[in-house]
Amino acid sequence: MTEELVITCIICPMGCRIRVLKKNGEVIAVKGYSCPRGREYAVQEATKPLRVLMTVIPCINGDLPVVSVKTNKPIPRDKLLEASKYLASVSVKAPVEIGDVIVENILGLGADIVATRPCRRVKN
Amino acid sequence: MRIVVIGAGITGLSIARVLTRYDNLEVVVVDKNPDVGWGVSKANTSIIHPCHEEDPDKHPLRTKLCLEGHDKWYEWTRELDIRVKWPGEIMAATSEEEIRVLEHYYELAIRNRVPGVRLLRGEELFRLEPTLNPEVIAGLYAPSAGTIDPIGACIALAENIVDNGGRLLLGRRVKGIRVGDYRVLGVETTGGFIQADLVVNAAGLYADEISRMAGISDYTIHPRRGQYLIYDRTVQPKPSRIIHSAPTQKTKGVYLVNTVGEVLLVGPTAEDLPSNMRDANYTTREGLEYVLKQAMKLIRKLPPRELVIRTYAGLRPEPSTGSFILRFHEDPWGFIEAAGIRSPGLTAAPGIAGYIEKLIREHVELKPREKWNPYRRDITRPKMLPATERNRLIRENPDYGRIICQCEGVSLGEVMEAVKRMKKIGVPEVTLDGLKFRAHIMVGRCQGTFCRPLTSFILQERLGLEIWSLKFNLEGSFYGVGRVKDLFKKPVEAGEK
Amino acid sequence: MIYDSVIIGGGPAGLAAAVKLAEKGYEPVIIESRDRLGGIPLQCIHPGFGLHLFREDLTGPEYIYRFIDRVEELGVKYVLEAYVEEIVNYSMISKKVRITSPRGVEVVEGKTLIYAAGARERTRYEIGLPGPNAAGIYTAGEAQTMMDMYGVMPGKRVLILGSGDVGLIMARRFVLEGAEVVGVVEILSYPSGLVRNIVQCLEDYGIPLYLQHTVKEIRARNGRVSEAVITRVDENFKPIPGSEFTVDIDALILAVGLRPRVKLLKELGVRIDPNSHGPVVNDWLETMDAPGVFVAGNALMINDYADYASMQGYWAAESAIEYIENKGLPSTRWRRVVPGENTRLVVPQYLSGLRDAWLYLRVSTPLENARLVIPGLGREIPLIHALPSLQLRLMLRREEILRAGEEVVVEAVKD
Repeated sequence: MTEELVITCIICPMGCRIRVLKKNGEVIAVKGYSCPRGREYAVQEATKPLRVLMTVIPCINGDLPVVSVKTNKPIPRDKLLEASKYLASVSVKAPVEIGDVIVENILGLGADIVATRPCRRVKN
Repeated sequence: MRIVVIGAGITGLSIARVLTRYDNLEVVVVDKNPDVGWGVSKANTSIIHPCHEEDPDKHPLRTKLCLEGHDKWYEWTRELDIRVKWPGEIMAATSEEEIRVLEHYYELAIRNRVPGVRLLRGEELFRLEPTLNPEVIAGLYAPSAGTIDPIGACIALAENIVDNGGRLLLGRRVKGIRVGDYRVLGVETTGGFIQADLVVNAAGLYADEISRMAGISDYTIHPRRGQYLIYDRTVQPKPSRIIHSAPTQKTKGVYLVNTVGEVLLVGPTAEDLPSNMRDANYTTREGLEYVLKQAMKLIRKLPPRELVIRTYAGLRPEPSTGSFILRFHEDPWGFIEAAGIRSPGLTAAPGIAGYIEKLIREHVELKPREKWNPYRRDITRPKMLPATERNRLIRENPDYGRIICQCEGVSLGEVMEAVKRMKKIGVPEVTLDGLKFRAHIMVGRCQGTFCRPLTSFILQERLGLEIWSLKFNLEGSFYGVGRVKDLFKKPVEAGEK
Repeated sequence: MIYDSVIIGGGPAGLAAAVKLAEKGYEPVIIESRDRLGGIPLQCIHPGFGLHLFREDLTGPEYIYRFIDRVEELGVKYVLEAYVEEIVNYSMISKKVRITSPRGVEVVEGKTLIYAAGARERTRYEIGLPGPNAAGIYTAGEAQTMMDMYGVMPGKRVLILGSGDVGLIMARRFVLEGAEVVGVVEILSYPSGLVRNIVQCLEDYGIPLYLQHTVKEIRARNGRVSEAVITRVDENFKPIPGSEFTVDIDALILAVGLRPRVKLLKELGVRIDPNSHGPVVNDWLETMDAPGVFVAGNALMINDYADYASMQGYWAAESAIEYIENKGLPSTRWRRVVPGENTRLVVPQYLSGLRDAWLYLRVSTPLENARLVIPGLGREIPLIHALPSLQLRLMLRREEILRAGEEVVVEAVKD
């Protein structure tokens, strides 16, 4: 069976509407792109869209109640919510520095959760 | 003997303050709201009227109390350190018909002995108030008009009452009046029974319901809604006098007031609502448009809509009788009413308090206290102090140097003082509105976008409460709904996704 | 102590200016209102920062810590929790700033001043949304502070009014924290945010975007917002009767635009451009009414990217250095920049012809296959797909500017 997906390109602000034709899961045609990066993006989006997860988790004894974190590489889009939910059971103790690994290989997706904001220790 | 005042608004608190002067009276004020002044007193035009709009033939008592109240506010605002200013007012006419209205009120001014009232036209009028619309052809100038911080006044009265041994029981709704042997015995509340020898009904919008609990049902109250807009303090032109339109058969007066907070207040509407709409204190498109249309006739140039920083609505209690209801009942004995306190209730409040005091004295022998403290000081406001004093204050307590409201320049010191004062008068929990009315945060250009989360966070750190669980005001008005990720911890919520 | 520059605001623009000045051997001081440096990017935990400046995709905090770390390395002085009461333009080479902080009241003096105080969000009252004053109605920025600085959920069933970028980003944040976003309502026929955010914040999660709709009415129950009535609007933004529908919500988030914070500049007598809502400046980013007072970042105009704010910070710092060395900028005959057809705003508003200059601009209506034209200069740039929400930037060479007369008209022309 064939299906057509319309992908709005986000590589540049032009926002090309790229049409990707798939047959049995295989990309057979790409139309409406203006540059090679756009084509590449559309194919990726049509087959396996990836996103970086960003969220916050509690930081105990920190100068702010939470520390911001992200996945250090993109993960499949349909795993974002599951990963965020998993982090509901995670917290860290201050101090935290940018880049500190908080969870390794989250949900076995090959990406680590790293801190994106420092959290200074203010309490005991 | 114990007297319970129902209603911690401007009327009830004025009465309570006056009664704390007596040695043989134990004064208790109850209110359903968790703080003072959250009913009718919260949202009104804030004017201390000169009282030349009161007709002594139709409403002799109201006229008398308005005049007395007006003059007492001169003293009370000094004693209690309440924000007030006395810019005088101009009732503006744009047609010959309205000039006749002005002349009518001029006559009343003479009859009521309101001082300094003058009818002005032409150059003299515009020299007095250059921001007037050039279409205005005459103005009735009354120099004794003032504008007050109405909720600040309630807070000041409450603190003074507590300083003089009175008590406030807040967050308790009155469920019934216990009567026995043709006398009041006390008040049933959601927080338990309070024994009382005398009960004053100063319940504002709900006074008719309270009276019915005591078996009195000869009047009803319906809400009259007033909608307002507030413009940023920086708008130009901003009138220095209070300006308002001449009330006619068709229209009620709309006011322009440069308030004590130095913002431009415009309003109100006067919408009569049915009795079952006593919680309809919301603004409407039509209402706000009406106010703006009326205001446009009064001022040279109305600021652009972009500079509106807040809109709100208040409900005033309109009694079916049209007059204040001020009575000491013999059946049940000891039940006193200060009900139907419609406009000019704010002005009249100290006068009403004096009148109620007199009614009580006619029935009960009152013994004045030897020591009674008429004074109360407002929260320290560093921005009003000269630099050297401010520096001394900041050295003693650096919180006075931590400005958390960038719009109005309010310090954390003021917020923490507000918290302390809320506790002192018996506010059961700190609310955002309680802080707003005391410390004057969240009232500026950004309406708390910056300072609300920051203040909440600091209170979490210092008072150990949860940010999200802070309330704005009413029972369900939580700032947030929980902590981030709480939604994943409740299985029902998570199951939805 | 007279600093080379007093910088008001420790966000992307102010920090960049401080770094530039310090790297060139000058001594600035930063006046910051919060208890830490960084400004708004601290709470922007999403990526998309640094693409222009560092060629890297960073989150807001990662981006801003590049500058904070550099400020610390260079030993730049700063005052935290400092509130600016007044700016006095004392002389060409003395700008006095009176501040209050936990240290007390003091006057900080600089030879120049760089104003980088950022923006504020428009509220529901400015856009004229009536109804009850209830809990649960927040600007997108406040919701972001609640969630990503302090870990508080503002609501669990959310409607977003306005399709500005912060609102779109918050839509995704709500979903990823387990809340439901019932929709984004935009009165215009096109979104106000970047395409990337429409795709990655709304389409990814199937959040409906209601274009040409607005919230007509809000209702509250028990002190909290409970319902919103959404209506379609016609081309004059008037509600179309019969098109209303009601949604149950417990939070209404407003993303209806930002405004430069210019109160202190106004008090200094600086003219405000009604198009950009920021100060009127020349191609040194110096205000035309207060010599030696430079403006950068969102206090100058609302920028799409923090990178642009930082670039303006660099620009203002370089201008300040030139000013310090010469005790002022050269006298010149100014050329006024005028937004022409289909052009909403252009910054800076005056060009000297003594230097190259960047122009930042926005079109006023969506345009397909149009051209950006500056007739006096003979410049033409194709605009394949231009939206008012997209900030455009172009460099004008000094020689080009010299060709212009007293006015430089910038317009977008449809083919």
